[in-house]
Amino acid sequence: MAALADINLDIADQEFVTIVGASGCGKSTLLNLLAGFDGPTSGELSVDGAPVVGPGPDRGVVFQQTALFPWLSVEDNIAFGLRLRANKHKGAAEKIVERLLERTGLTAFRSRRPAELSGGMRQRAAIAGVLAINPSTLLMDEPFGALDALTRSIMQDFLLEVWEEERKTALLVTHDIDEAIYLADRTVVMTAHPGRVREIIAVDLPRPRRYEMRSEKRFIALRDYVTGIVREEAIRGAVDIAA
Amino acid sequence: MADGAAADQTWAASPGRHGTARSFLLPAQYGVFPVALLVAWQVCAQIGFVRRSVLPAPTDVALVWFDLITGATDVAARYSGTWLDHAAASIWRVLAGFASGGGLGIVAGLLIGLSRIMERVLDPTVQVLRNIPVTAWVPLSLVFFGIGNAPAIFLIGLGAFFPAAVNTTHGVRQINVTLTKAARMMGANERELLVRVILPGALPSIMTGLRLSMGIAWVLVVVAEILAVRSGLGYLLNDAYLFYRNDVVIAAMLSIGILGFISDRIVVLVRDHLLEWNRLETFSGEN
Repeated sequence: MAALADINLDIADQEFVTIVGASGCGKSTLLNLLAGFDGPTSGELSVDGAPVVGPGPDRGVVFQQTALFPWLSVEDNIAFGLRLRANKHKGAAEKIVERLLERTGLTAFRSRRPAELSGGMRQRAAIAGVLAINPSTLLMDEPFGALDALTRSIMQDFLLEVWEEERKTALLVTHDIDEAIYLADRTVVMTAHPGRVREIIAVDLPRPRRYEMRSEKRFIALRDYVTGIVREEAIRGAVDIAA
Repeated sequence: MADGAAADQTWAASPGRHGTARSFLLPAQYGVFPVALLVAWQVCAQIGFVRRSVLPAPTDVALVWFDLITGATDVAARYSGTWLDHAAASIWRVLAGFASGGGLGIVAGLLIGLSRIMERVLDPTVQVLRNIPVTAWVPLSLVFFGIGNAPAIFLIGLGAFFPAAVNTTHGVRQINVTLTKAARMMGANERELLVRVILPGALPSIMTGLRLSMGIAWVLVVVAEILAVRSGLGYLLNDAYLFYRNDVVIAAMLSIGILGFISDRIVVLVRDHLLEWNRLETFSGEN
């Protein structure tokens, strides 16, 4: 059985789209396809008008399980991509790394190893490493899924700030409905078995987003609406499996 | 409040007391067992219920060892002053076999670990050959290479090859897939993936393999020197056995043990130097 079916999704340049759905709905599969780690069994994918044939530095991926090289310092981890031949033309590594260390608040931790950092700092370093190669698109697979609730909300604000500055097309997969709405221009709700797009919801909250918006009526209404659909789909999925 | 302050002070003073106790305990922990062993051995030899020539005392061994190295007292008779030449011959064979076998093992392990095709082509052969004890290769290697350094280095190299190969494969295969994905995503080509991700990621396991290879090299150098060459500590050991010089036999055994221990320490030092990062990520035992 196919993991995904009839996915038709166009993401505009510089748009922030989040995908939310019950576990097993294929949202990570979709992200892996766009990243080029997996190939589709049928259909086509394109990013910036070019078909996706494999992973590449035009699409930066932030993984749930933080992708930092344990043998490299924070600084060398951020510079990792820039030191590859594919990115040599992207400018002086030192300057870019310096700026990103500053931007992520990791300057004081530049020579530490990943094992010496907190979860939030590790994910900031990983995001910095992706931003260093200046991809046109950011693909994020539950990037804050392993963090505690407080760190997660701080990281969401950090991500939004960075996104406002760098204005990249962003696609973020999550099972956290608050996160999906808070970050997005549009939120895609997926159904499971096989994964389909159930509904695309425009999030008409003003930008820049602020933490307080989460207690405003409009946000709560959106959250209740999305939660309703996701729950309905999760229950249907569980019944399908049981039957 | 006053009680609390007093309690704090005694608590603050206690680490110092523990510190001095520990600084005395540490050498004691290292020393107690070897010293006990030597004392027990000396006592057994001196009680005299085994003849002294069969079980020489540690003091006898020490004297003959001293003459083996310096040639000053002639206690070791025909072996007097030969130690350095024998030791140098053994060390050279171990290093030559370790370097060639270990090096080829790493290359083979990388090929098998990196490529499913190479795994199918090479791995079954490696796994079958690995199960033939290296000592079973002795007759064939003597027929092929004759008497001399060649069969010795072949046998040591063969023994060093397998642990290096198997552990390198394992090291490559246990690299976190998120790291290889991330490197690919950033645009790493094949060479960059190998040099910047695979090799450092597999290094802890490669070093474990090399450590095992070094251990086996010292086992096999003795086997090879007993059977295939007329120099080295293994030869000295076997020749002294034929002349019924158990004191020289034991001195040769201990020499091999100490040289093997030193080479192991060197591998461990190199490993710890290269893998400082790994200590942060792994369990390092409790006090």
